[in-house]
Amino acid sequence: MNERALRVLAPAGVLALSLLVWDLVVRINGIPPYILPGPGLVLSTLVSDWGILWSSLLATLETTVEGLALAVAGGVGLAILFNQSRLIEHSLYPYAVILQVTPVVAIAPLLLIYLPQQAAVLACAWIVAFFPVLANTTLGLNSVDHNLADLFRMYGASRWQVLWELKLPAAMPQMLAGIKIAGGLSLIGAVVAEIAAGSAGAGSGLAYRIAESGYRLNIPRMFAALLLLSLAGIAIFALLSVLTHLALRRWHESAVTRES
Amino acid sequence: MAEPAAAPVVALHGVRKAFETGTLALDGFDFALRASEFVSLLGPSGCGKSTALRILAGLSEPSGGTVTWRDPAARNGIGFVFQEPTLMPWATVFDNVFLPLKLAGESRAAVRDRVMQTLSRVGLSDFASAYPRELSGGMRMRVSIARALVTAPRILLMDEPFAALDEITRFKLNDDLVALWRELKMTVVFVTHSVFESVYLSNRIVVMTGRPGRVSSELLIDAPDRDARFRTSADYAGYCRVASEALAKAMQPRAGAAA
Repeated sequence: MNERALRVLAPAGVLALSLLVWDLVVRINGIPPYILPGPGLVLSTLVSDWGILWSSLLATLETTVEGLALAVAGGVGLAILFNQSRLIEHSLYPYAVILQVTPVVAIAPLLLIYLPQQAAVLACAWIVAFFPVLANTTLGLNSVDHNLADLFRMYGASRWQVLWELKLPAAMPQMLAGIKIAGGLSLIGAVVAEIAAGSAGAGSGLAYRIAESGYRLNIPRMFAALLLLSLAGIAIFALLSVLTHLALRRWHESAVTRES
Repeated sequence: MAEPAAAPVVALHGVRKAFETGTLALDGFDFALRASEFVSLLGPSGCGKSTALRILAGLSEPSGGTVTWRDPAARNGIGFVFQEPTLMPWATVFDNVFLPLKLAGESRAAVRDRVMQTLSRVGLSDFASAYPRELSGGMRMRVSIARALVTAPRILLMDEPFAALDEITRFKLNDDLVALWRELKMTVVFVTHSVFESVYLSNRIVVMTGRPGRVSSELLIDAPDRDARFRTSADYAGYCRVASEALAKAMQPRAGAAA
């Protein structure tokens, strides 16, 4: 069996086997759907509740994408500022770390008190997503080849030219790696905030549907919503991977397939 | 070929360079660069050759001594070639060579012909749109040389540019470099630890002592043609012997550290 077929068939086999075991466990033990629904019921719920789930998915995705966009803008922007000014870096970096290490679950309820709900959810997504962009971009900007930097200096390059022609392109691989991590984290941040907001009142995202279905013991819908969340995460990761590949394929080792 | 009578393009007197780590790279280094000569700085690894070159390029400030330029404006007409090709991996061959002109504010369209001419000088006309990773080590070094030449510098500084290349590639690049030097009438300072390379290329060899580096002796190479015949001639062998002896003598006080 060749490598490519194995990479598709092996995980597919694991999936099929897991679904079979799940289904058998539910059937044989006669477990009621309000405790554990079988995979068939989850799928049919996904179809029957599609209208409400789809609009919830869109709401969550909107928050995730906005959170990611702000994280990229904030992370890259802050990394450039740090790179240009040691004073700014030393002044702000510790607080960026604090923001990162404090669990977002603990911050979310506070944000929900002080901010409108949508803004609070977005802020949570941003908080968890911006740090990997900041850290990776900072690393990339500082990893410029010293001789190339000397060359730019010899030819009298301005600060702006050094940043635009040398540092940013050199930082591209690390920056994109950071953005790839941030995509998944933004979704997590949005979900966490929605769960926290869910108990506080009106919400519309997928995570809110999960919390709401939990209160109503609508377990099949919980599973269906969870499935959609996973698929959304996978889609975001795949999309960012493709973007990374397109941006680096001409020159970076990570994107080059070697012929052996 | 060199003109010892003319005032030097740049003169270094008693130059000293100490790094923050405490390393003393150069101490009492005297060196005068004459117009249109091809001079090699020959010495053991870590003898401060590269530091001397960086001081000439203005990339490093001496800790002591003086650097005197006959014409201060000449400092802007320097091309530099590093030991590594030091190319931007994200840019094509064309864009790598275009870089010095771009930084000077030239538009791509205005200097396209100039960049292409420089590329053809180093035999890379067909690779303008290739990326560095698609090229061999020798070709990358040619790109690096083209980038240094594109501003038509009067002075070309080269820091062991061919040290990482195989011998066949190095011989070819040596020949091409001599031809470029003749054609463009540049002044070249070439740092190397290879006796053979320095004899083959230079009018003058400056032999340096081990760290801290200073000039141990000088050797003039008086050979009109640099070609395969010169490489196999008795003259060449004789110069190599004299240069080897000079290098051995330069390293004597630190014979234990020779590597």
